[in-house]
Amino acid sequence: MTTNTVFLLFCAVLLVLGGIAFTLSRAKAARVRATGTTMHAQPDQYAWFAVLVTAGPALLVSALGAFVLLLMGADIPTFYLLAASLVIALIGLVMGLNQVRSDFHARRAIEGVIRKLLAAAAMISILTTLGILLSIISEALRFFQMHSFWDFVTGTTWNPGASFLSAAGRGDEGGSAAQFGSIPLFAGTFMITLIAMLVAIPFGLGAAIYMVEFAPLRIRKAAKPVIEVLAGIPTVVYGVFAALTVAPLVVDIAGLFGLDASYSNALAPGLVMGIMIIPFISSLSDDVINSVPNSLREGALALGITKAEMVRNVVVPAAAPGIISASLLAVSRALGETMIVVMAAGMRPNLTANPLEDMTTVTVSIVAALTGDQEFESAQTLSAFALGLVLFIVTLTLNVVSVFMIRRFREKYRVNNL
Amino acid sequence: MSQSFEEISAQLKKRHRRSARMKWMTMGALILSAAFLVVFISDMVVRGWPAFQQAQIQVEVSYDEQSQKLPLAAVDEDVRPLISRGFFRPLPRKMESNPALMGTTQTQWVIADSRVDQYLKGNEDRLRPADKETLQALVEEGRAELKFNTTFFTTGDSKMPELAGIASAAIGTVMTMLVTMAVCFPIGVMTAVYLEEFAPDNKLTQIIEININNLAAVPSILFGLLGLAIYISFFGVPRSSPLVGGLTLALMTLPVIIISTRAALRSVPDSIRHAAFGVGCSRWQVVRDHVLPVSLPGILTGSIIGLAQAMGETAPLIIVGMVAFIPDASISITNASTVMPAQIFTWASEPNSAFAEKTAGGILVLLAVLIFLNALAVWLRNKFERRW
Repeated sequence: MTTNTVFLLFCAVLLVLGGIAFTLSRAKAARVRATGTTMHAQPDQYAWFAVLVTAGPALLVSALGAFVLLLMGADIPTFYLLAASLVIALIGLVMGLNQVRSDFHARRAIEGVIRKLLAAAAMISILTTLGILLSIISEALRFFQMHSFWDFVTGTTWNPGASFLSAAGRGDEGGSAAQFGSIPLFAGTFMITLIAMLVAIPFGLGAAIYMVEFAPLRIRKAAKPVIEVLAGIPTVVYGVFAALTVAPLVVDIAGLFGLDASYSNALAPGLVMGIMIIPFISSLSDDVINSVPNSLREGALALGITKAEMVRNVVVPAAAPGIISASLLAVSRALGETMIVVMAAGMRPNLTANPLEDMTTVTVSIVAALTGDQEFESAQTLSAFALGLVLFIVTLTLNVVSVFMIRRFREKYRVNNL
Repeated sequence: MSQSFEEISAQLKKRHRRSARMKWMTMGALILSAAFLVVFISDMVVRGWPAFQQAQIQVEVSYDEQSQKLPLAAVDEDVRPLISRGFFRPLPRKMESNPALMGTTQTQWVIADSRVDQYLKGNEDRLRPADKETLQALVEEGRAELKFNTTFFTTGDSKMPELAGIASAAIGTVMTMLVTMAVCFPIGVMTAVYLEEFAPDNKLTQIIEININNLAAVPSILFGLLGLAIYISFFGVPRSSPLVGGLTLALMTLPVIIISTRAALRSVPDSIRHAAFGVGCSRWQVVRDHVLPVSLPGILTGSIIGLAQAMGETAPLIIVGMVAFIPDASISITNASTVMPAQIFTWASEPNSAFAEKTAGGILVLLAVLIFLNALAVWLRNKFERRW
């Protein structure tokens, strides 16, 4: 019997046992109630409780058992594990039937089980974060055992290509040794992020100010969803747009000025990424500007200043924490953006300040390191996790600061819907 | 500090001008953002439209002994180079499975070679002069023309552009999304119900809440790293399969569903809960019988939006190896598979201009699906959402 059939059989038997538990305990509860005894719960609730004690522990044991055995690296004797679980299910069935008594609070017991189940579901999000941290940190540590952390942080040459030679024990045979200096990658990432922000912040903020302060309600209602559509477009589509349409355009325009641009220049992905990020900034800024109390506006206008002066000197300073928070979230988004840069930015690590040259980013290097036909243990593959660790830390910090700023804004103006 | 009336009114004019300028500039920002969307969509439509058309040629195909051995012999020598290799290859098998064909000659429309296709669309000219003449003659006789491209919707990926289609990627997307939703919908709703209805206000609850907000902002590529290190390396889930892709995307979509479900649950007024408690319901009964049913439209809307987001995601899937070359789709969650955005990515990296057209065509299909999903979400919200 294959594992699949054993597993299916297990599920079927468990289902049948559950059904038996349900009918038997329901019948028993009904019998007890028919004798005139008042019970703490309805027959159905006793029945469901019996089902829970039959199936619950059995499923738990089989899942935990499989996990522990996997953790120890042993081959799982599926058959024995599932058989043991079925025995536990039988014991549960007997206990559940036994509990059909007038003094047992079946409903309260079910309530307790459900509460634990829901809490367990809520823990999955914590486990996810832990999973990301653990997986990244453990692999990154292995990388730092091979290459020094200091070189990684301060080195200016990223040349992982030769690492497969050293993995094959031929490290000193010709060619240069693999070098993992991440500064060019981060420089490229920050360059593209900077370009994106130079596009996104003026446009996003401008659109938000117009929608809140100047636009009639009708235009506001129509424009908001249109801008949101920009956020719903998949990033791979933006990538195609950047690579096929914008990059050649940038090269042509640079050519008009007598400049020489690479077809995988940093400007094209930066511009397109900026457009992608406009809705993030505009919708959050819109909410924030909208919740600046009207009394501030009216007070300012009553002093006789014009609308533009009011926006510049009263509304924007009041909303500043929220706007900064939106921009930080947008920066974190831009740093982690992958598809646009993979498709439109270069693959060559290049430490330069000229956005018309090609340069590569952290995310591109992660993808490049993991999609090659490298062994998982090689330094190049592991370097992806080291880069991922830095990316995680930077974006996490930005998010935390952003949450902190928006909380300050919320407390200052007692706004609840942000 | 004294200013004359003239000075002040001159200043005032300037100030009002400045105010108007700000209005126009911010309006310009909004209009340009919207204009970009128009430029973007029209660029994709212009690029992608030709992908829905394909050159076909009417030829006489002779099914006989010779073409059984040498499929190329089935058609006339002069039109041979104009016809897709993909038409000839399955010929012998077709004859074997259908012996009645043997010895007959049939006039049928067959798929033309990609070079013919590109030539007829006016994109590039890589045909030999002799072939071009033949083709011109065929076009004048009405035996070569652009027809609706059914191949694009019925086949998988191919190295021959004229045979490449989106079908296997679409099936892969469906399988992946099934896994994603099967995992993240129940867990997301359960988490939201716990946090909104059951959780005590303690440190642990706060940590979970902060954590969920952080997860929503973690770059998607890091979920790919998690999928690679934990699902593939540790649990041994098969690489490139919809199972590992779906599980990875499920973790990514989880915060979206939790956040929207919480909003939906919060919009249910407390009076409903109080009334249910008042007639003796337990907390779970209140949630199951009263709160969940009325907040279901909101939950579904949020889930559909999360689904649309997951459907367009590519980066984590590249990391777990879902950019595979899949000519034939298999309806299984453990076989290697690809998804629509990954297919677009693969085509975009092909240098051939015929594939550039496929890329944009794939994008149009993907965008159409996403627009449909989002419209469905909006419709659901407008139709069923109750305002209290």
